[in-house]
Amino acid sequence: MSDQAPATHVAIEAYLAEQAEQTELRFLTCGSVDDGKSTLIGRLLYDSKLIFEDQLAALEADSRRQGTQGEDIDLALLVDGLAAEREQGITIDVAYRFFATDKRRFVVADTPGHEQYTRNMATGASNAELAVILVDARKGVLTQTKRHSYIVSLFGISEVVLAVNKMDLVDFDQSVFDDIVAEYRAFAGNLGAGLNITAIPVSALKGDNVTKASNVMPWYSGPTLLGYLESVQVGALEDAHPFRMPVQWVNRPNLDFRGFSGTIAAGAVRPGDAVRVLPSGKTSRVNRLVTYDGDLDEAGPGEAVTLVLEDEIDISRGDVVTAAQAPCQVSDQFAVHLLWMHDAPLYPGRQYYLKTGARTVPCVVTELKHKINVNTLEQLPARSLELNELGVGNISLSHRIAFEPYTDNHVLGSFILIDRQSLETVGVGLIDFSLRRADNVHWQALSVNKTRRSALKHQKPCVIWFTGLSGSGKSTIANLLESRLHDEHRHTYVLDGDNVRHGLNRDIGFTEADRVENIRRVGEVAKLMVDAGLITIASFISPFASERRMVRDLLEPGEFIEVFVDTPLDVCEARDPKGLYRKARAGEIANFTGVEQDYEAPEHAEVTLHTVNCTPEEAAESLLDYLRERGFLDSAVS
Amino acid sequence: MTRRRTHLERLEAESIHIMREVMAEAENPVMLYSIGKDSSVMLHLAMKAFYPSRPPFPLLHVDTTWKFREMIEFRDRRAAELGLDLIVHINEEGVAQGIGPITHGSTVHTDVMKTQALKQALDRYGFDAAFGGARRDEEKSRAKERVFSFRSAQHRWDPKNQRPELWQLYNGRVRKGESMRVFPLSNWTELDIWQYIHQESIPIVPLYFAKQRPVVKRNGMLIMVDDDRLELEEGEVVEQRMVRFRTLGCYPLTGAIESTATDLPGIIEEMLITRVSERQGRAIDFDTSASMEKKKQEGYF
Repeated sequence: MSDQAPATHVAIEAYLAEQAEQTELRFLTCGSVDDGKSTLIGRLLYDSKLIFEDQLAALEADSRRQGTQGEDIDLALLVDGLAAEREQGITIDVAYRFFATDKRRFVVADTPGHEQYTRNMATGASNAELAVILVDARKGVLTQTKRHSYIVSLFGISEVVLAVNKMDLVDFDQSVFDDIVAEYRAFAGNLGAGLNITAIPVSALKGDNVTKASNVMPWYSGPTLLGYLESVQVGALEDAHPFRMPVQWVNRPNLDFRGFSGTIAAGAVRPGDAVRVLPSGKTSRVNRLVTYDGDLDEAGPGEAVTLVLEDEIDISRGDVVTAAQAPCQVSDQFAVHLLWMHDAPLYPGRQYYLKTGARTVPCVVTELKHKINVNTLEQLPARSLELNELGVGNISLSHRIAFEPYTDNHVLGSFILIDRQSLETVGVGLIDFSLRRADNVHWQALSVNKTRRSALKHQKPCVIWFTGLSGSGKSTIANLLESRLHDEHRHTYVLDGDNVRHGLNRDIGFTEADRVENIRRVGEVAKLMVDAGLITIASFISPFASERRMVRDLLEPGEFIEVFVDTPLDVCEARDPKGLYRKARAGEIANFTGVEQDYEAPEHAEVTLHTVNCTPEEAAESLLDYLRERGFLDSAVS
Repeated sequence: MTRRRTHLERLEAESIHIMREVMAEAENPVMLYSIGKDSSVMLHLAMKAFYPSRPPFPLLHVDTTWKFREMIEFRDRRAAELGLDLIVHINEEGVAQGIGPITHGSTVHTDVMKTQALKQALDRYGFDAAFGGARRDEEKSRAKERVFSFRSAQHRWDPKNQRPELWQLYNGRVRKGESMRVFPLSNWTELDIWQYIHQESIPIVPLYFAKQRPVVKRNGMLIMVDDDRLELEEGEVVEQRMVRFRTLGCYPLTGAIESTATDLPGIIEEMLITRVSERQGRAIDFDTSASMEKKKQEGYF
């Protein structure tokens, strides 16, 4: 910011005109508190005169109370915002700082350096164009430096400033600096994506080479940190790319206007351009580029516009408008990098919502290939991903989407995963490539299909899914129901929890991850049986709502009948037909539902049976009535 | 290659993107309209975001009954000019109890007439997303708040358990009773706001411009005598002074600054040389250094 106030309004107008042409740089700082990261940002704010008198007064007071710099003001206190952080003296979340010089505006994402905050660092990295990685000159390249660099490179930041800080504590010695830079460059060479590294020796505490060139390091002739940030060019990736725009909102104020509003993800667009809408593949031409300030002749990356096309084609939120001659790919199965952000781990097989661009679709992580130790970049086998863990795997979506690999386009190659119950954001991912199975592995079309098979059996196939605690009466009722159906000449099959564990699922245990996989396999088998035209009866404790929903989603609407056998835990435990509760209480069975593991009761089961008030025969009869009323049983037979 | 966008173009596009995302994902959104300069910018951006459609949500003003009269006039005029629905909500229980800033102090008044009133209004209309004009540069705890900021069914903000927010992928999904506060101006600074108002000729309340106004000195602040509810204490005299406001709220809680800035370049000029940050004019921040964080957890915007 200008130090001198312009004297007249003319000067102000000139100043504003000049400011109006300024560009912005969003960058990330990483490094731990000990590296002086907060001090560095405090120094940038302080030296660019962005600290107001009242903030300075508060800062001086805070420095005396909590500061670590003795009589000097503690610049780090300017930056660490949350009360908990101020008490603990660490940065636990991403904070955004703003400052400006005569040349540029800056948004700084200040992120924590500790390993348990990898997710926060990734958050800061996702919107940054450049990263400042701090290294303590006394300590050199540490494990955490490597971790930060890996995440920076994974999230597609190509510009890196290696700020070797605390040069004052190594007597501003050039050889210390040179050794660190050489070691860092050697390491960065292994990271794959080419990082453009600029190394600068600084002292955030004293201010050397931060905003002013140091006069005690004559051996360094490069730019100051601020000087470099003011002049570096970024953002060429999106410019050179073909046009892409995810449709956020269909703009329909009246019958005469139909526009598609969105933010351009890459490339430029002009009226007259031929476009292809994905995933439908329909084509048209751009008629107008509408904005509140008038129609545009051209729009580019990052601009929020409304497209009007020449033809009335069906487009909805989440579709992607692309250059007709260079459309992006469409797929529903991908190899991805995943970063887990929630306390409850990721298990392959469990369903989540995936949001990318403006589209949200159900998905399932079908396979976890390995996780990555972010400190050593070592690949480790994994059956789940815990909070802050990074892994590589495959993901399968319920619908095809337009996408691009993250390295080509950050908007169309990034996604978040949302828990289907809590609706929280639980993980994020980067698309590496399409598995192409979507294109190459077609479902074998058979001439005898589900409809013909069921017609022959005079029934509508379905899955009657019994869920409830062990001992609730699921298997007893399921058995009675099958007998009654069999008496009526219906074609049935019972999948029983205990029975499948003797064969199909013999190889898996009872951990949370195993239970997810158990249900996934049973769900797939049930789906094949429905395809065969059978009334399929499944009897599984199935304690997790998300897995029951997964099976429901595998089937056509109406085919999944969730039957909640609602028997209180104390009743089940008193019955204890297999003596399992007794063993569980004695600690002989781990992860037993109701004892060690929670049972998530269904909220919207099609049928709820209260076995305390009725006999198993009555329960089976009521289910038979349900099937009759809903038309599953053709009256032609009986 | 296309032209590099300026920082204001970039901020504008980002805000528009955020607003459209709310429209597409929320069932019943509302825009909190506080009548201040940030609200004026937010409203202007909403006009742009949905053009040629009108912003497809109502404005909500939580009226503490102690706002400057010029603010209320401005509010009603703007809503009518733009053809937008305006909901004005007053905490009638608070009015019945006679709660006011002078009698009860800023803490109680703000809690009852602003924080509680806001919750009442959100509950009454069942809004699941509410736009607010807060900026991250205003205050330290705001610097860490998400653009899409989740609120529990009790309207609480949990700063340690915020949803991760990466790229421009916002998760606006909530369960019944829960809601989102959405801050499209998160990345704007005070200077950006003024510059944008200047560039776009956005109407703002005249109180931002210097004028001779009747003021009284109280607790080190210049308080404008906006109506006869402000009773003079011993030794206080009403003076006509050339003053303006950097921020607008309840008139007995909002300090004026002496100024000669009668137009936008004048305001911006003062801003560039001023060494006092904007929130200092507000009495509610003084209590403790973490006071805003506490208020926000309790449901304050």
